[in-house]
Amino acid sequence: MTCLSALSYSRFSGILLRLAHKAIWLFLVLLGITLISFWVIHLAPGSPTDMETTLNPLAGEAARRQLETLYGLDRPLYIQYLDWLFRLLHFDFGNSMSADARPVLTKIMERLPLTVSINLISLIIVLIIAVPLGIATACRQNSLLDRTVTILVFLGFAMPSFWLALLLMMFFGIELQWLPVSGLTSLGYAELSPWGKCCDIARHLALPLLVYIIGGLASISRYMRACMLEVLRQDYILTAKSKGLSNHAVIWRHALRNALLPIITLLGLSVPGLIGGSVIIESIFALPGLGQLFYAAVMARDYTMIMGNLVFGAVLTLAGNLLADLCYGLADPRIRSAKGHD
Amino acid sequence: MSPAFGRRFFGSYFMLLLGLTIVLTMSLAALCAPLLAPYTPAAQHLDNILQAPCSRFWFGTDRLGRDVFSRMLYGGRVSLWVGFVAVGISISIGTVLGLVSGYFRNWADEVIMRMVDIMLCFPSFFLILAVIAFLEPNMTNIMVVIGLTSWMGVTRLVRADTLSLREREFVSAARLAGSPTRRILFRHILTNALAPVLITATLGVAGAILAESSLSFLGLGVQPPAASWGNMLMEGKSVIESAPWLSVYPGLAILITVLGYNLLGESLRDILDPRLKQ
Repeated sequence: MTCLSALSYSRFSGILLRLAHKAIWLFLVLLGITLISFWVIHLAPGSPTDMETTLNPLAGEAARRQLETLYGLDRPLYIQYLDWLFRLLHFDFGNSMSADARPVLTKIMERLPLTVSINLISLIIVLIIAVPLGIATACRQNSLLDRTVTILVFLGFAMPSFWLALLLMMFFGIELQWLPVSGLTSLGYAELSPWGKCCDIARHLALPLLVYIIGGLASISRYMRACMLEVLRQDYILTAKSKGLSNHAVIWRHALRNALLPIITLLGLSVPGLIGGSVIIESIFALPGLGQLFYAAVMARDYTMIMGNLVFGAVLTLAGNLLADLCYGLADPRIRSAKGHD
Repeated sequence: MSPAFGRRFFGSYFMLLLGLTIVLTMSLAALCAPLLAPYTPAAQHLDNILQAPCSRFWFGTDRLGRDVFSRMLYGGRVSLWVGFVAVGISISIGTVLGLVSGYFRNWADEVIMRMVDIMLCFPSFFLILAVIAFLEPNMTNIMVVIGLTSWMGVTRLVRADTLSLREREFVSAARLAGSPTRRILFRHILTNALAPVLITATLGVAGAILAESSLSFLGLGVQPPAASWGNMLMEGKSVIESAPWLSVYPGLAILITVLGYNLLGESLRDILDPRLKQ
């Protein structure tokens, strides 16, 4: 009994220690994210007031100084940073420096659902296609299917997403005139029935989704194939085969579960790529998402908006990685017990 | 020679050969642009505006009557130059930090690895765009910014190799013989960890070319009238309905070049370092 309680105590303290370690790491990374987001922009030579003063022949040095005082840019850099950090703690990302001067967080939150839903939908479709494709190519290594998929994967990796978007626009939008090439809704959207509205949005999202899917298919199917090949080489697969299990049972019951685990990590790691990629795809298809908001902020040198987006993008990535870590632990009993015994 | 080995051998070497052929052809075409280009990249043929591909203009002309083929040859110079310099910067930073982190461990390792963690949290294209927004969008700035935002992978790879190499006998022997640390790091450890660096560099060129063309496509990269594959596609987008050739050929050039570097990198990985294969 005493032995058991001592064991559970050591396990409990082990978990606490691991949590504390993770919390310190998280704190340092978050601090680093804010530091880089702030310094990178402030140390670069241009100033946010450039857009308002250099383009305006009536704005002289005095106007520039006034604007700097208004935005608090005349204070020492570390004070600006601490002030910004303090406001971030209260989820206050400041107001946009564009003409509407609305809060950065409100603007980000308005745009976030579209970007997240496009990415999620495409990710689900990619997984539905890529996982079976990866299994099929791994099980029939060096077959015609495997070689064809390998060639397509290499083409997919090398294909610039913006070029693919242009080609799809040319073919489906201009040549065949099947799908609209830009925006999220048609002009007569307001008069449509609820079902008509859904169809209208779906038609507008078809091409951007296709670009995301083709991009994602290459990496996930290739990775799935590699994981499956690795698992098929393991001793327990040999054991399963020698027990006389059917090929089907070996692959779907024994190999797949183990091969799927690394995919969780890959999904976590793909978050920054998806967020970064949304800048280009949303700009090409004129979709009002986070990527387009960031692009507009960059073009207008909207300081607060750029910093807000950078922090937000980085925190989303961090959350993606932590979620992947957590899911990996939940999905793999070996990791769960290893954590418990630490 | 077992059949499996034979397949891998010929598969990898075929990829290597194909990749090398593409990379060399593209590099030669870019280097010899002044000799190969039928016209100068800025020469306007005002009587042939938006001319479709024909025997005089192989890839057609753009809105200002400039020859697309000639501009693509000169644009190739930009892409390759940006690719090489950006990767040179990221490999230099990544290698030095990886060596220091793996060899000295302790606080140096902690600090460098936390820096890597933090940098990897940023969607790299976001970071590149944010910095470029406040700089003048020219080739030098683009190369530096792409280089400064893509060293983390190299650092991790070099660190992992350094951690194991520093425990090997030949490194201990060099240390006992009184070799200075710098010599141990660069002469003994780095030379044994060159394979992953070379592979990452090759794949990195492909990544940098894609990043530069994406930036130029968004209007934040190489500025017109200078030609780059990315800004040619941007200019082509506005006349995509009437002159689709402007949106096809520069993209094809990016695709083929990136494919070449990817094939080269992947086959080098298969041949030099099968451990890294996945």
